[in-house]
Amino acid sequence: MAAISQPRPSVVVSPYFVRQLRKFTALALVTLFGSLLAFVYLLPFGNMMTVALRDQESLAGGPDSPILPMKQLFYEYNDGQRVQRLEVFNVPIDGETRQLAALTKRRTSVVFIDPNDPTAEPITWEGNWRALQPAYVFQARWENFPEAWQMIDFPLLFRNTFAIAFIGMIGTLLSSISVAYAFSRFPIPGKNWLFIVLIGTIILPGQVTLIPTYAFFASIGWTGTWLPLIVPHFFANAYNVFLLRQFFMTLPRELDEAAMIDGASPFQILLHVIVPQSWAAIITVGLFHFVWAWNDYFGPLIYLLGKPELQPISVGVQIFNFRYAPRPELVQATSLMAMLLPVILFILAQRFFMRGVVITGVEK
Amino acid sequence: MTSVPTPLSAKPAAVRLRKPVSVYERQKRWGWFFLSPWLIGFFAFTFIPIIASLIFSFTDFRLTQPDQIKFIGLNNWAKLFADPLALNALRVTFGFALLSLPIAIALPVLLAALLNSKYLIGKPFFRLLFYLPYMVPAISGIFIWQAFLNGQTGWLNRLLRLFGVVEPPNWLGNEFWIGPAMVLMGVWGVGNAMLITLATLQGVPQELYDAAKVDGAGAVTAFFKVTLPMISPVIFYNLILSVIGLLQYFVVPYVLTRGTGNPNGAAYFFNMHLYRTAFLFQDMGYGATMAWFIFLIAIVLTVILFATSRRWVYYAGGE
Repeated sequence: MAAISQPRPSVVVSPYFVRQLRKFTALALVTLFGSLLAFVYLLPFGNMMTVALRDQESLAGGPDSPILPMKQLFYEYNDGQRVQRLEVFNVPIDGETRQLAALTKRRTSVVFIDPNDPTAEPITWEGNWRALQPAYVFQARWENFPEAWQMIDFPLLFRNTFAIAFIGMIGTLLSSISVAYAFSRFPIPGKNWLFIVLIGTIILPGQVTLIPTYAFFASIGWTGTWLPLIVPHFFANAYNVFLLRQFFMTLPRELDEAAMIDGASPFQILLHVIVPQSWAAIITVGLFHFVWAWNDYFGPLIYLLGKPELQPISVGVQIFNFRYAPRPELVQATSLMAMLLPVILFILAQRFFMRGVVITGVEK
Repeated sequence: MTSVPTPLSAKPAAVRLRKPVSVYERQKRWGWFFLSPWLIGFFAFTFIPIIASLIFSFTDFRLTQPDQIKFIGLNNWAKLFADPLALNALRVTFGFALLSLPIAIALPVLLAALLNSKYLIGKPFFRLLFYLPYMVPAISGIFIWQAFLNGQTGWLNRLLRLFGVVEPPNWLGNEFWIGPAMVLMGVWGVGNAMLITLATLQGVPQELYDAAKVDGAGAVTAFFKVTLPMISPVIFYNLILSVIGLLQYFVVPYVLTRGTGNPNGAAYFFNMHLYRTAFLFQDMGYGATMAWFIFLIAIVLTVILFATSRRWVYYAGGE
């Protein structure tokens, strides 16, 4: 009996092992779920790439056409008298699949030529040719990108966008640093109320200021120029001020005070004490503005109407894509080109972006 | 210490002639000086335009004839409530908002919970992937989704056919489906909300979960009784921003439908009507009326949300 009650090592599993197994299963399941979700979430990018690389022929395909940019295989067959263009099919013969060119297609049998050995005896295959899969080869048309690049005059759009985004960035940095400095360091009467008003502008629907602002810019002759897209950024904005103020508040005041005792003016303190400690926040604000301005569509749409030579990428791509809607490969190519810079900037500087989002979102 | 602020403390003798100013007074003046960009900007680009908008709404202001502006009382407001296009646009805007709010609120929480899971391998990578679409310019995103939602060759319908849906919808050509199609496109816009939620989740103290476990709570109970209350402020913040954003919804339907709002006006949003009225037909007085109408709706909704928030938003700090 003693022998039977002895636990059999192969069956009994130690609690440690059970725990590990459970943990491993959880890791696998959660990561698999995450991967699946990310895959579905990013599918539209795949759709974009495959359309951007198609040629006219593969674009004409219907719902059953291959997902990847493929070209149907044809074989030029010379039977001694004339050259025929034969469709190539994937043919299952003797347990293997061969790519053969169909010489005659019938419902009950198909006569094939082997493209690798055209002089050999034709092969007869029993069955309906419609049941066969046509053979495709992968063929990407990379020329779509240079073609779209030239047609849309991408360098011009790029220059315009860059100039608008960059000058606006300088403006928002200068003004937002100054205002954040005021909120974080100076005894202004009613400061808390002013700060609430500032934050309140975040939830103000933009339409309500739109028409008078537009009418004002029109009356001073600024519509049709970049000025309405640039000048307002020299007057600070709630998100940026908030982010910078939160950062400035964390800086020790002892350094300011020491500089003040040494006779530094508030300007000098800002320039030589605050700014050198705040590069992370300043870069974040600059990046946010740059990407925002790059992506802005509504502003350029109304202020640069009918001025194609001044328009930025967003409006330029939209106008081009409306005009060339029958060329989806060019539409997708321009869409990719327009998003490349912000996306690369984000990947390179994701720490700055993510910290910035968290500061403006969580601490309010 | 008696001089008014000067960038460089030069020529103290000349300055000393002025009335002495206390350090506090001096700091205050510098404060107003550094604050001035925002103060000027607030009045020039926010406060005065809001008031001007309201005044415009009682006039027949047209940009082409600014001198012939006439006061027409409440005519614009009366017109608004009798304008079938405006009323339909309002219905479309609210219908779409009700459809997309649940996703705009729940998806960031789901993604953040996933990214916060201790069982997820490669968190930074997933965080990058899920945030990435937020960085895609709206214009690019719209055209990318247009291809993705294409009834014939779009990958979504290919996928649906693969799973046995015989006739998947023609998303963008059907008045019933274009709303849901735009809701789907909205999932690419949750990046920010996701990150904020994630940061808040990471800030929930572990002791609360430990205490819940001791009290016999499972993972699901802990999520509803500990996690959700602790992140309710961030959900509230997302809710407010989503509501305001949805009231301003414009670029996606405008570009997607080439400004028409079709099929059958199903994507004709209130802001598109405003844009057409004010900028295409130059009727700025009526446009300003619509803008103020949306502003009033935004105020009412914000007040309602803040009032109800006392019941369900939990501030750990006790504010």
